[in-house]
Amino acid sequence: MSTTTTTPRSDSRIRTFQHAWLLLALVAVVTVALVRVVTGADQLTATGTLRAMILSACPILLAALGGLWAERAGVVNIGLEGQMLLGTWGAAFLAYHAGPYAGVLGAAAMGLLGALLHAVATVTFGVDHIVSGVAVNIIGLGAIGFLAKAYFNDLEGGGPRNLSGYQTLPRVTVPGVSDGAAWLADRHVFGISDVAALVAAATTGVSLLTVLVVVLVAASAYILWRTPFGLRLRSCGEAPEAAETLGVNVIRYKYVAVLVSGALAGLGGAYLTMVSSSSFTVGQTNGTGYIGLAAMIFGNWRPGGIVTASLMFGYTDGVSLLPSGGIVVHALLLLITLVLAALALWRLRQGNLRSALTIGVIAVAVLVWYLSTDSVPRAFVGMTPYVITLFVLAVASQRLRMPAADGKPYRKGQAG
Amino acid sequence: MIRRGFFSLLPAVVAVVLAMVVTGLVIALTGGSAGQFYSTILSVPIPRVSVTIVNQTAMIAISAFAAAIAFRMNLFNIGVEGQYIAGSCAGAFFAGSGLVAGPAVIPATLVVAVVAGAAWASIGGFLLVGRGVSEVISAIMLNYVALTMAGYLVNRYGVASGYTFTTNPLELNQQPVGFQVVDGPYQVWALAIIAVLVAIGYWVLINHTRFGFDLRASGASSTAAAASGVDAKKMTLIAMALSGGVAGLVWMPAFFGSVHKFGIPENFQSGLGFTGLAVALLGRNRSIGILVGSLLFAFLSAQSNDLQSVGVAPEIISITQGVVVLAVVVAYEIVRRLQIRREQESVARELASARPTAEEASR
Repeated sequence: MSTTTTTPRSDSRIRTFQHAWLLLALVAVVTVALVRVVTGADQLTATGTLRAMILSACPILLAALGGLWAERAGVVNIGLEGQMLLGTWGAAFLAYHAGPYAGVLGAAAMGLLGALLHAVATVTFGVDHIVSGVAVNIIGLGAIGFLAKAYFNDLEGGGPRNLSGYQTLPRVTVPGVSDGAAWLADRHVFGISDVAALVAAATTGVSLLTVLVVVLVAASAYILWRTPFGLRLRSCGEAPEAAETLGVNVIRYKYVAVLVSGALAGLGGAYLTMVSSSSFTVGQTNGTGYIGLAAMIFGNWRPGGIVTASLMFGYTDGVSLLPSGGIVVHALLLLITLVLAALALWRLRQGNLRSALTIGVIAVAVLVWYLSTDSVPRAFVGMTPYVITLFVLAVASQRLRMPAADGKPYRKGQAG
Repeated sequence: MIRRGFFSLLPAVVAVVLAMVVTGLVIALTGGSAGQFYSTILSVPIPRVSVTIVNQTAMIAISAFAAAIAFRMNLFNIGVEGQYIAGSCAGAFFAGSGLVAGPAVIPATLVVAVVAGAAWASIGGFLLVGRGVSEVISAIMLNYVALTMAGYLVNRYGVASGYTFTTNPLELNQQPVGFQVVDGPYQVWALAIIAVLVAIGYWVLINHTRFGFDLRASGASSTAAAASGVDAKKMTLIAMALSGGVAGLVWMPAFFGSVHKFGIPENFQSGLGFTGLAVALLGRNRSIGILVGSLLFAFLSAQSNDLQSVGVAPEIISITQGVVVLAVVVAYEIVRRLQIRREQESVARELASARPTAEEASR
């Protein structure tokens, strides 16, 4: 009886949920287009800007995805940065000697190696996850500094801390769509051109690795949420003792999750050395692993949220490298004002006066900043992801929900 | 008692030996000479290097004590890195501003550095207490914001120095004279003494004050501490601020001792926060342990510079340091599990032998 009454309701709820997403996307496009027209900063949604966004977002997304795998199984992986660093070296080394595809595999393998260290320490020996992660980061940076000197110093195009002259992955362009979208994007039609620019950026000269990133995100979402394997893996992150009593080999699932996590982070390293640039330097990640972690938290430990957060952080990160960065971010200030104002109104409707007032004051401050300047210093652009994440954590930490047993030690045979 | 001391020391020794072996293996596997690595690292340091070791020991120790204060409260302050950037930047700007003339600038700058570090740490403290944000997560963000902000401030308000920007350098009468330990132009920085003072202060505070007792109690069991009247929120805020305040001092010995100005990255030594964290773990948050651990890490880093001449990248020592940390935590965990098992066994044995006497008593 109960099933017949709940099914239609949940069905309609799912439909409203999907409609809400569509509506939200529409509102976002209109708002961005509005800001573009008002500020006159056409670079805001230019194809070049959005291409920079995609290039910056992919490594962040890979790191965030890696974090998702580990944390869904209850292991906090602060070592993402170190695993990513190992990946940059693995990619460069194998790409130089055996071609770009071997480079991709090499990056994943090196990331996996770093993750293995983390898994042995945290899963087998019950070491605090943060301690182990910090150690993995220290080891990762030291290892690639050492390995670069040992293996790249005598190569042509190499040096004690860098390597170039290896092949990178081929790029693909979707014929027809790419040209059409570019043509439409140049017309500067309200809203439509903004979307067209995004389509153009995503279909023109896209690296195969970018395609792989899209596949990996979809595959991870499917595996973790739609398969028995994924359910068991997530149960290890929510209630490992309960999972154990149901016959799940928690230790093995945690190992698999952490190893996949490291391989993904390693691929992120490959992206940095083979797509974002065409050379290797020691310390190339520059904190991308940490931004990935931030994106995972901002995305509320969910694939959709992670993609949104990575694109956002990728946008600010990519824009900061463009010549027009200062102007674009200046225009973004207006967008932030609008978002904050909407947030404040929403809080007001909820009856949370104090919160609404705080956010409102911040919105006014950002607006004043927008009106009183012409450009935003580059340094501020670079730290946007961190500030936004801090802000979201401060405002919405109660709405974020991490896996219940995330970061908690687990020992086999402790279940009641 | 002796057994206990043995048990708390053995894991650290094992970890260090293991880390050295692993590093040698890594070098041998990649076609280098492990023998040369050992002979370089384990050689007797020349006078210049010994002075470097002492100076670095001081900074690492301050950083480790900063981390240890938070650890005692069960807080993981990986924000030491950002806090000492904040402290160094604020302190250097203040010292270079000329607001205080002459040697009086030294204590004034230290106060500014402490306040800046404490303020930066308090952001994480307030987010944790007020909004339930994990201090580890906020620290990661705050570390990056501190680094970028400091870089921006120096580029915007600093003075050009070659190709980079720095704060105004210290006047000559504001530079304290160091300790002449060895002959030659090498001196132990005057403010390295801060490390000793912090060590003593830490020992007294943690082991011999009511505050220290409350801190350890809250760290061991927040519910038990709350039941005995300790305000956990207040303790968290104070512990974070205190930890950040000490962190603000980390770079001050180098600033007054030899650098005299602040600029990222040339005129600053970054990474000390994470090293301090590792040393705090290695030294088990004990004063003596931290001092010995700092000396070990400083020794390894200083000696590794000479590896350049035998064709090995000095970065290899990071592998040693990382493995030391991992190995020592694993070793302590194993010892802990062994001790628990042994206690359980001894309790079981005593209960088994006590049973007949109980029966006798009932008879």
